[in-house]
Parts: sequence; C-alpha cells; structure tokens
Amino acid sequence: MEFKNDLGKPWKFQDGDFTVIRSSVWSPPGCHPVGCGIKLYVDKDGRLDHVEGDENDPITHGRLCPRCVALKDYIYNPTRVIYPQKRARDQRGNAEAWERCTWDEALDLIMDNWRRLTDEYGRETLAIFVGTGRDGMLSQDFQLSIFRTPNLAYTQSGYACYQPRMMSSQMVLGALYPELDYAGGLEGGYDDPEYCVPELMILWGKMPLASNPDGFFGHAVIDLMKRGAKLVTIDPRVNWLATRSVIQLRLRNGTDAALAMAMCNIIISEDLYDHEFVEKWTYGFDEFKERVAYMKPEDAARICEIPVEDIYTVARMYAAAHPASIAWGLAFDQNTNGMQAGQCVLAMICMCGNLDVPGGNIVADLSMPEDLTGDAAAGQSAHNTDTRAFITEGWYQMTDEERDRCIGMDKYPLYCNQITGAQADCVLDTLETDEPYPIRMAWIANTNLLAPTNSAEPTRWHAAFQRSIDFAFGTDCFITPTIQAVCDVFLPLSTVAEHDGVNRTHYGAASITTGCGNKAITVGEAKSDLEIYCMLAKRMAEMFPDDPKARFAYEKYPDYHDYLEKNRLEGRHAFNEVRELVKFKRKVYYKKYETGKLRPDGQPGFLTPTGRVELWSSAFANNGMDPLPYYYEPDLSPRIPEKTAEDLELKRNPLVPEELDAQWHERDLPHEEIIEKYPFIMSTGHRRYSSFHSEHRQVAILREIDPNPMIEINPKDAERIGVSDGQWCEISNMFGSAKFKARVMPTVHEGHVEVDHGWWFPEQDGSEPSLFGVWQSNCNDLIPEHHNNALGLGAPYKSACCNVVPLKESYDVDMEAFGERFGKLV
Amino acid sequence: MPQYGLLIDYEFCTGCQSCEVSCKEEHHFPVGKWGIRVLDDGPWQKDDAKDEGSCFNWNKIPVPTDLCDLCADRLAAGREPICMHNCLADVIRFGTIEEMAAELARKPKQVLWAPCE
Repeated sequence: MEFKNDLGKPWKFQDGDFTVIRSSVWSPPGCHPVGCGIKLYVDKDGRLDHVEGDENDPITHGRLCPRCVALKDYIYNPTRVIYPQKRARDQRGNAEAWERCTWDEALDLIMDNWRRLTDEYGRETLAIFVGTGRDGMLSQDFQLSIFRTPNLAYTQSGYACYQPRMMSSQMVLGALYPELDYAGGLEGGYDDPEYCVPELMILWGKMPLASNPDGFFGHAVIDLMKRGAKLVTIDPRVNWLATRSVIQLRLRNGTDAALAMAMCNIIISEDLYDHEFVEKWTYGFDEFKERVAYMKPEDAARICEIPVEDIYTVARMYAAAHPASIAWGLAFDQNTNGMQAGQCVLAMICMCGNLDVPGGNIVADLSMPEDLTGDAAAGQSAHNTDTRAFITEGWYQMTDEERDRCIGMDKYPLYCNQITGAQADCVLDTLETDEPYPIRMAWIANTNLLAPTNSAEPTRWHAAFQRSIDFAFGTDCFITPTIQAVCDVFLPLSTVAEHDGVNRTHYGAASITTGCGNKAITVGEAKSDLEIYCMLAKRMAEMFPDDPKARFAYEKYPDYHDYLEKNRLEGRHAFNEVRELVKFKRKVYYKKYETGKLRPDGQPGFLTPTGRVELWSSAFANNGMDPLPYYYEPDLSPRIPEKTAEDLELKRNPLVPEELDAQWHERDLPHEEIIEKYPFIMSTGHRRYSSFHSEHRQVAILREIDPNPMIEINPKDAERIGVSDGQWCEISNMFGSAKFKARVMPTVHEGHVEVDHGWWFPEQDGSEPSLFGVWQSNCNDLIPEHHNNALGLGAPYKSACCNVVPLKESYDVDMEAFGERFGKLV
Repeated sequence: MPQYGLLIDYEFCTGCQSCEVSCKEEHHFPVGKWGIRVLDDGPWQKDDAKDEGSCFNWNKIPVPTDLCDLCADRLAAGREPICMHNCLADVIRFGTIEEMAAELARKPKQVLWAPCE
C-alpha cells in the first residue's frame, strides 16, 4: 500500500490545524547525540500535541525510540518545574521549602554568592558539576569562560565513560575513538557506491540498540544485519543481539585485556595480518608481537572462563572477513585495565586492514580552525563542521597558574588537560578535606550524580556536599535528588522542543552529521543551557566592566545563537540558513593516513610522535605507563589471580605517593576473603529503552515499561540462595548496599549478577533523608572511589563483587497510583 | 472478514517498545491499557551443548491487542499506522491481507496479524 509522507517538506509546514516543526532532537531529555529526526505537531494555542519520527532524517528515516515518542509526557509532566525557585540555606533538603522567584532574583542570588565566596576563597572555589548526554555539557568552554574556574567536575570515578577509549585511541592512533562505519557520512547511505557492508561486525562490551552510545545510531546494526553483515558478540551476558550472533564469547567481567592480547597473538602467530600495512604504517610491531606472545590463548581461556577454541574461531573469523568492524564499548571504560584492551583492539583493526576503510572503523579526522579556509577546506563538503577545536576555549582563557590549581592536576595532568577539568575522584577528596583548598560553591549543571549514574559512592558525595558547600545552584528540568539535597537556587531548563540548538554525533568528535534543533513551543519561563550561560555572562560583564576577561564571554556570545554559530557551526554557517536543512552530513573520507588529512602539517601518516600507529605507544611511555599492553586481575574480583599487578611490575603512577595510594585502597579485601564474603561478580551500566541513566523515571508511560529496578540472576544461584523471580533482594559489599527486584535469567552466568543503574523514585518523599528514595537502589554505593589506572582513568563499574540475600519485603511501585499522579499532563 | 493486516518480522524486532508507546500516545491510552504489546518468548536455552547467544531462543513479538483499530483515523488521512511509522528496527508493515500474505511467503520468522474487521 502507498501512504502519504512528508518527504521534502520544509522545516516548518502546516498540516491541517497543526504547525509542524521538523527538528533534530538532542537534549533535554538527555541522550547520546544522534540528533534523531522528529516532527513536532503544535496546535493553534502553541501547545505540543504529539510527535512523530521525521522520515526526512538521513540516518533515522522516521524511526523514533520510545523516549522521544513520549516527549510530550516529559514536557508537560506534572512534576516538571518551569519557573526559577529559591530556598533558604537552612531549608536545604526540604522539598516543601522552594519558593518561586524571578529570573533576576535568582541571578542576583547566584552572582552575589559567587562574589562573596570567590572574594574569600578564590575563583577556583566554584566547581561546575556536569553530567552526560545534555546539550549544556557540550558548552563547557562557555561555562569556564564565564566563571574562570578550572574546576569543571564530571564526577564519574575515572571518567569511566568514553574518555578512556578516547585516550587509548589518542595514545595509539593519535586520533579520537574510531567508530564502526555505517555509511553515515556518505550521501547515499548504505547504497552509496563508496560504501561496503561489513562481512562481520564485532560488538565488544557494547550493546548499542537502547542508548545509541556516543551518537552511534544503534539500530544501524540491524540495518546492516538485514544487508548481510554477520555479528559476533563479546559480552559476559547473553543479550538479545547475542542471540542473533554467529558466535558469542561470554568472557568474565573485566578480563577483556587478556582476551584481546590472545586474539592479537593468534592473528600474528598464524600470520593472518596485513604485512604491507604493518610495515608501512605501524611502529613497534616486534615489541608488540613479543608482548602479546606471552598471553597464550589457553591462558586467556582460563582467565576469561571461555572455551579456547572459541577464541581461535573469533580471531580467525575477524582476520578473514573483509571488511570487518569492531564496536568496542563502555566495558572498556568501566575497567581499569580497559585502555590496554583498547590498545589491542586498535592493533587488531590495523593489522587486519580494517582501519579507515569502508565498512571498517573510521578514524576521526582533525578539526582545526585552519580547516575553515584555504587548501585544507578544498574538496570538503559545504557543510563540513566539527567543534572539538573550540571546546577548550574557556580552559585556555585561564593562565597556566590558574589551570594548575585544577583539582587533580598534580597527580593526573594528562587527564585534566584532556578533559579541561578536574579529576573526578580527587574532587571528592577535596570536598571531604578542603585540601588543597575549599570548594564552597557548586553549580549542579545537568547532572544527577547522587542517583547511581555519575559518581561512585554517592553516599560519600552527599556527605561531602553537606560539609563543604556554602551555596549551590542547579539547572535542570526537574528537581532531582541531587538538586534537592544540594541546591539553594533552581533554574528551569527548557527541553529540546523549546529552544534552538545544534547537535553533533559523538559530541563533535568525528561527527557524521550536524543537526539543528528547531524551537517549536514555549513552556513557562524555562530557558536553555546556552540562554542561561548568556545571562550569567552578561551579569559577569556588568560586575567587572573594566576587566576584559570578565567581559569576554558576553562580548563574544551576547545571544545564544551567537554561540551556536561561532562555536557549534564554527562560524561557517548562519543558524537561520542551516536550520532549514534540519540535519546535514559531514563528508567522510577513507584512508586519510595516505592523504594527509590526519595531520595539521598535511603530511601522510598519523598524529603520533612517530607518525605511525604506535603499537608500542610513546604516549603511554611518556606518561609513566607501560608502552605495551598487559593484563591484570580486576582488583575486586572473587577469583585468585595467578599473577598480581605487583608480580607483573606494572608501573604505578609516580605522582601518587604510596601512602596515599594505600589509603585509597585500604577498604579492599584480599581475593580469598572476597570469595568468602562477596562471591558474586557484579556488573552495572547496561541500558534500557525506557530511560536515559536517571532520566524519564517520572514519565508514566515509560515507567510502566520498567517500573522497578532489577537485578538479573542465574536460575541456579536463585535456587541456591532462595530467591524467586520477582522477589526483592539486597546486594552488599565492603563499600555499601542496595535493593533490587530479581529477574531470574538463564542469560546471566552462574556467579554473576547484572544490576540496573540510574534509579530514584519521583513518587517517594523528596525531602531528606529520603531524597526521592535515592538510597534504596543505589548500585553505585558498591563501587569504590580511586580504583583508576595510572592516568586517573577507568573504574570497576562492571567488575565489582557483592553478596546477594533475599528480602521478605516488596518495594514494588504502585503503577496505578503512579499513573494517576504522573500520567495526567499539565 | 478482515481486510488489513500487520506483518511483523520478529527475526529483527529488537523489543524497543516504540510501537507500544507510539500507540499509547496516538490513542491516549493510560497506564494499564495498550493497543499493541511486545511479548517476550525467551530467553530459554534451546541448545544445551553450549551457553552462548546462539544457543538461546529469544524472540520479541509485537501483538496487537483488542484495542487495536489499525489506526483507523490515520488510515483515513492516508497515513500508515503509527507503530509502523516509528518502529526502530523497521519490522512492521501494513497492507491488505493478500499483499501481506505474499510478503509472508518471502521470508521466515514473520507473523501476520489481522486484529480487526
């Protein structure tokens, strides 16, 4: 049957009584920036009536996930707060004490307190706490330019999301994370003559369907499977995609580096590699070969607890397939040994001829202001943009001395300069001790870190905030548990339907598309992150009219569209022109190492000290780490390692004194004791379609899909400890405890449990000590701080230990009552 | 006699539940009511030789409920049903029973529903 569609319609058109705005949606609500195409149907009264996927979108073609399908229920949720609020300092934590105020009053409170506290303690006393998946986080440079504090604080222990993979890519390739190529940058998509469907895709520690990780459209995997691509899954748990895979390696959590070394060993020792590429474009192959030779596949099989023949099968299968791609995911970040696993995966990609080829893994090209004009721009798409060069602007506005005061800079300089902010775990130390100086002011900007999302040991963060923070303000759409606990002023954020915006896949790192969020409606007095930044910048300029640095942000970005144009669109486009395109592709080039597109000097090769892919990494060596990959047993595993990290003589971070390192690990137990007390391997962080981390919990039609926080447990374990399907359990270890409802699943290995993250309960009491029940199912209380690698990166979110005991009580949500209270939109 | 049907490819249905939520938004169904539901057959082990993914049966199967009217209002306006429009895995098709039956014959692991007159 033929149906009507809206292909070719302009960005704004009329459909009966509705004005339809085509938009590329990204945040709020938070998500990874795919910028999915959406049609917003607005009625005559200016109210959003409903939404649909936009069939014009070059990536999603009209498809839309349940979170954005339910956008209206987020926007008009009865618990959304759409006016500024204030609360007396001594009422912090009291959900009933908020009072509506004007924007002017709220901004006065913020600037007056900033003046008072920075006069006493210095500008660095303000820490800007940021989360993930929100538009505001892509404008950290703007936030830093306004307040000129080096303490931008992304608080997840070891920045265990994306950044460790980015760092290993930079250490080895001299480029950012190389994404699986799904023809996203080619005009013809999958049918483009330049493209080649991969014969094989390996999904390693990555299940991309629910969350579109980093901006990779997860269902592209399905599109490619329909076009003949075969799938291999490397994951401890059988997920739905694994059931469609030709083979799965169910390795033990945290042992990825052992497996990856063994696979490299097989590929080299069986001579399955591309000699020409290795000779011409890699550095340190002989040393690398010698190192991985020590990880025999039989040893890896024993460590990973998988059949050795399967390791051979997958290594040979990957080497034989052309092209083949590897999507390596969050499991590499949530592992202190994950950067070494990443080094081996990059080696596999290179050795097997899959680097920067159609259907392989695409190397992120450079984004330099020089790209804007001249020869470097020749041949590039008319709409080629990239923001990475700009997001450090605020950081480099500060003097060397000011940046040196960034928390963690003394111990993890590479980390701090890379992310242009403070090291997560060290920020908690400072909040707890006032060392090296007090942090007295906080901006909770798009993060709900007390919910089990963006910190380890949230209970400690809560207490640390209570002792150290004199004044705090928060920006969000809802009063979250974190804002409830910490803030004195609340600034209401607009959703993606209520402001203009520009989004880029992969947060601007190797973007394949740029999308325009087009404003369709106004709700209350909510404003976008960028609008709020402009207002704060103006206040700062007015406070110090004679200081050019204080005036800089306001003068450069008097209106938030100036920021969109000058920064997100790199000064190449007027927003009003590109908004009509809604989304446009960035031209992708292949084999860029041959054409000089990976180096600022335009020479062939890679942006590494040797100009080659460094299998022996100078960057690792220069930063006090072993330049070659290695494996060691996860710190908190219920297994007795054959060799400890000390036996392997792994280099510790020389900048961290031994006594401090010992103090950070003093609560650890020896593996023997862990086996006895906390025998389960606990993994967190898997995604569900109904939520983005701690978001969407208050949307009734999404909550109905996943009403309760779940723990998945193997049937044999469930029977042994007396847990039945649907029964609540308590998990605990030496760091904390939390409660979850059991789902007995044969897809989880015996001795393993999978635990949901991001839970809080908008239906429970918002005031202290409950804070919307945020402590009830807080899995991150079982994850310790400071279990990072020598660069301060990585954390054991997927390889901790715990014990599980059944509970008699039920904590099920009453969905009928929930629907009554949260399902009636306002 | 039913004239129209929904043809669903459950080999590739990922269980995202976009159809469920789209249907609820379209028809204003509250908590506890659905026009289509994604039922889960699995996971259970079909092959005991090993325990990796391919040894499991796990099919997500969208099933129209008694409340499904095949988006009569949308059809009247010439538009496809909303579940089909938003489907993330692009596995839902709508057409006459004859058309859909012909499509069904082309590929296994599909199911054809004729929810209403």
